[in-house]
Amino acid sequence: MEDQKITSIKMAGKQSILFANPPVILSGSSVVGKKEGEGPLGSFFDQIEEDPMFGGTSWEDAESRLMKRAAELSIEKSGYQQDEIRFIVGGDLLGQLIATSFGIADLEIPIFGVYGACSTMGESMALGAILVDGGYANKVLAVTSSHFAGAEKQFRFPLAYGNQRPLATSWTVTGSGAVIIGNGDLAAEVTSKNKKDAVVKIKGVTIGKIVDYGVKDTMNMGACMAPAAYTTISQNLKDLNVQPNYYDRIITGDLGNVGKEILIDLLKQDGYDISSNHMDCGIEIFDPNTQDTHSGGSGCGCSAVTFTGYVMQKLKRKEWKRVLFVPTGALHSTVSFNEGNPVPGIAHGIIVEAE
Amino acid sequence: MQNQKDKVTASDVVIEKDKTTKEEKYNQYVKDITPTHNIFKNILNAFLVGGIICVIGQGFINLYASLGAGEELSASYGTLSLVLLSIVLTGLNIYPKIAKFGGAGTLVPITGFANSVAAPAVEFKKEGQVFGIGCKIFTIAGPVILYGILSSWVLGVIYYILMELGVV
Repeated sequence: MEDQKITSIKMAGKQSILFANPPVILSGSSVVGKKEGEGPLGSFFDQIEEDPMFGGTSWEDAESRLMKRAAELSIEKSGYQQDEIRFIVGGDLLGQLIATSFGIADLEIPIFGVYGACSTMGESMALGAILVDGGYANKVLAVTSSHFAGAEKQFRFPLAYGNQRPLATSWTVTGSGAVIIGNGDLAAEVTSKNKKDAVVKIKGVTIGKIVDYGVKDTMNMGACMAPAAYTTISQNLKDLNVQPNYYDRIITGDLGNVGKEILIDLLKQDGYDISSNHMDCGIEIFDPNTQDTHSGGSGCGCSAVTFTGYVMQKLKRKEWKRVLFVPTGALHSTVSFNEGNPVPGIAHGIIVEAE
Repeated sequence: MQNQKDKVTASDVVIEKDKTTKEEKYNQYVKDITPTHNIFKNILNAFLVGGIICVIGQGFINLYASLGAGEELSASYGTLSLVLLSIVLTGLNIYPKIAKFGGAGTLVPITGFANSVAAPAVEFKKEGQVFGIGCKIFTIAGPVILYGILSSWVLGVIYYILMELGVV
């Protein structure tokens, strides 16, 4: 009986989990490339690397190094030792998770490699928090990355190929973000180390479904992902039985301008108006007028560095009390696309609170 | 008015239960709200850049002709020179910038073809001479080469038949 009681507390509605002892985000790190550093959020990032190769020899090597740097930095910022991290949950966009496999190997920490396209940060954080609250780990590192050149090479064209990008396209962010998720009981330790900042906790998660509205345009990822974001956000609000103003911000990953418009429009049909508190990481990270990025930023790194750099700051300073962080992913494979399939979307919601 | 009536709204998409119709409606809705490049500006840019490339080509041909090459030879040299120029500009990462402005004006001339072969060669060099450059150099230009040769062959057969029949 006792077991059943605990389970029912943790499960909320159809797709959501509310943690019994909400895990704490002990630290967050953000490492980005030059273009991201020149963008509107430049001053919020921990490290800006001018060298697009990150000292490596290929784009894949570059992204591996990038991810390793973000992972190590998050451990360093948490004040704990590398061997105190029990598990890593991480993933990236490159075939068979190249950046994660090759970047993280040296850390010698047991790892779950996950793939959720650009929603990977959401998936990593959700699984990390579940592991921690379930008592299977005390500290978990959740990490993801993306690199503009590596993504172009894999999903689009070689960099030197001349073409015109349609206005609905987004620009893959070169960046990696990592968080250390710790047991809720570590909150006191965090407070004792830094009295000024609020403690940031993961209160719950809403796991997203694969949503396919039949869009076959790989140059319009916002339209592919918006229905997934809509489904997850709507379900989150229903599962928790709250209105959008429950959150100070509802933060999607990389919908861009086109996707944002669709998302707001779709949610209105369910009676939810998020036009005043919606924010999209892809729109925030670049300035389309000076940086030629069209619809916005994208990639796993987009939501990851915006969260660890910008959103975490806002929460720590208590400017925002509670946000719903919804990294969005377009499940795009060049193989399935060439075989005539559309690009389905996925989005996971992470409820983050400042205390 | 007609347009207004045909316009698909988000509510049409959400309430639609049939999957295929829902997908059709959503795609139409997406098309309506997605911004596109200004087509007239694009055409003008393409005309300008494409024209300039052809003028450069003509310049080469005139140069080789003035150096004493025959008509056919100077045309071949002109083509080769444009290809070389395009490959050098691809290597220096200048060609993509011109293409961003010129669009089809840079894609249609032989320089666009050269760019589409040189770009994968540069990109996949890291994967080796055989499996990188060797296998992937024609990832973009491959279809053009394959179907170009195939259609030339088909036309050749037709030409041969017509010739035998005494039509041409």
